[in-house]
Amino acid sequence: MKNQLSRRSLLGRISAVAAGALAAPVAKAAKAVTQKLLVSSDAPKGYDPTQHEWVMAIDANRCIGCGLCAEACKKENHVPAPPDYPPCYFRTWVERYIITEPKPGSGAARGETLVDSPNGGINGYPEAPVPKEEIQHSFFVPKLCNLCQHSPCTQVCPVGATFDAPDGAVLIDPTYCIGCGFCIQACPYGCRFLSPVTKTAEKCTLCYHRITRGLKPACVEVCPTQARIFGDLKHPVPDDPIQQFYQNNLVEALKPHLGTEPRVFYAGIDKEVR
Amino acid sequence: MTNEITNIVQVVMPHFEGYVYPNEATRQPLWGILIVLYPYITGLVAGAFIMASLVRVFNVKALEPVYRLSMLTAFAFLLCAPLPLLFHLGHPERCFEVMMTPHLTSPMAIFGFVYAWYLMAVLLLELWFDYRRDFVEWSETTPGFKGMLYRLFTVGVTDVSEAAVRLDHKTGHVLSIVGIPSAFLLHGYVGFIFGSIKANPWWGNVLMPIIFIMSAMVSGIALCVFNYMVLTWIRRKTVDMKCLDAMGMFLFYALVVDTAIEGLDWIHRIYSAEEGFRVIQYMAREKLFYTLSLGQVTFGTLVPLILLGLLQLIRRRVPELQRRRMYFGSACLILTGVLAMRWNVVIGGQLFSKSLRGVMGYKMEFAGLEGWFMGAALLCLPFVILTVFVKLFHSERLPSK
Repeated sequence: MKNQLSRRSLLGRISAVAAGALAAPVAKAAKAVTQKLLVSSDAPKGYDPTQHEWVMAIDANRCIGCGLCAEACKKENHVPAPPDYPPCYFRTWVERYIITEPKPGSGAARGETLVDSPNGGINGYPEAPVPKEEIQHSFFVPKLCNLCQHSPCTQVCPVGATFDAPDGAVLIDPTYCIGCGFCIQACPYGCRFLSPVTKTAEKCTLCYHRITRGLKPACVEVCPTQARIFGDLKHPVPDDPIQQFYQNNLVEALKPHLGTEPRVFYAGIDKEVR
Repeated sequence: MTNEITNIVQVVMPHFEGYVYPNEATRQPLWGILIVLYPYITGLVAGAFIMASLVRVFNVKALEPVYRLSMLTAFAFLLCAPLPLLFHLGHPERCFEVMMTPHLTSPMAIFGFVYAWYLMAVLLLELWFDYRRDFVEWSETTPGFKGMLYRLFTVGVTDVSEAAVRLDHKTGHVLSIVGIPSAFLLHGYVGFIFGSIKANPWWGNVLMPIIFIMSAMVSGIALCVFNYMVLTWIRRKTVDMKCLDAMGMFLFYALVVDTAIEGLDWIHRIYSAEEGFRVIQYMAREKLFYTLSLGQVTFGTLVPLILLGLLQLIRRRVPELQRRRMYFGSACLILTGVLAMRWNVVIGGQLFSKSLRGVMGYKMEFAGLEGWFMGAALLCLPFVILTVFVKLFHSERLPSK
């Protein structure tokens, strides 16, 4: 009798462990479903994220540093901005690079590299800190989330609030984020910030509410020189600008040595761009 | 409006040199003093526990007088370890999501489980088995509320027969053996939280977990020396010199290994001189001069290394009072040095831009969540808890008896 009882309790325990093991994938699946729901909650009904592959590309040769993209992004996405908040919250910004001529007799190929992005480039740039004759190169580089294939920010999130959507966007569930800031530390490109309003992490979503309705991201829409190119790799259109960009340019990704495999490619940038 | 009238500047914009990404140009680093304290306190726990394990597992008889104090120290500090983490969250009310729906590739998520395991399965249980016999005795002799507490702590298990006590001891031994890798795991994981950030050349380092474990052991033993000496002073008793010498010896050897590994880390950084090296060099020379070169290296490591090393060589020729002073001084210096090390890792890692083109300044505020006041309060809290524990659980019984 005693034996039977202990056997029963043993069986009970085994089934409890099995139930636990079974519950894990169920929980995981439930989470995936929630995320998919969440993706579609910001998107219109019927939007299927698996049918798209959104990417952005930057042609730095075309960028004139007008800063309209950074400003449009702030307005479109209600990104905290001055005067209510300090100028340290950006989903996208434009950097100005000035590479000076080498000092005569220094034996160097180039001088020093000066970079700035006052208020993300929204209000323009101050006069170059060196005289015109001493500038070897000067160019602008728009920055945004690099849509990494192996995104370190997604990897380190302790609750899975940030996730890779099936259509290539890296999104954050603001109702789930605990605001620990780990993803902000993990992003090599400085593309994330902790919002002073929501106390959660925020970043570029490629204007998810727009692209899922067939519109372009705000920054792409307002760019006067088409330095920002946006497209869907799964649905190429005739004369697709994104396909043309890949065909016509040798491209670079930022910080390739980190193995994050960015999907945002750049054309016309210098080795000094990080 | 008020600002215009009173002319009070509320926000002093930080000072930057070079170029920092716009999102990095915040007034304060994202992780402030609270995240400095988190690895510091966790390290003290791991170190104090390993110190206690020397008695339990490795049978170092000389350390028996500090066994219980080390265990209580580990417990008091462990209770406070997650507090700084919790307070710094943007949404502390969602903290349980870390345990309920953990993201398994995140070092921070797994820490929750390691912490729970260490608290519930190792420390709490081992302490209970250690104190069970005392609880039973005290519950019979102590009247009033305190007696009731002791009765509560026995959880109804009042069997103190020789066989039962032997079983307690055996279980405690097993738990202690399980506890050593758990303590390593606990603090190694804290190191991994920083070591896993490849975006940051100051943090992303394979040696980080090992550096954290070793410095944790050093700081934990130093804390036990500190607590033991302060406690005997408060109790107006004499310090057991054999015990103190043994602690000093272990402290010295742990410090030697710690210094060697941290030195190795620097040699590797200097020799390989990777992309971020120039900015790291600048940090070490300029921004972190006081906390790194002076606080961590000179006063936190070299001076105690010399003091403790001397004591290993010429212990017999140094009078007792002098020895006690040297041990106490070394312990205090090490405790400060390891705190400086945590500061250098956490704050230092955020004082330069990930563009590797600029550095930020940082002035810690006095009040506020990430201020001096909060930091001091959080650092004092475990000592307050420890005082209560020591008052409640004071026992002269040695673990081997």
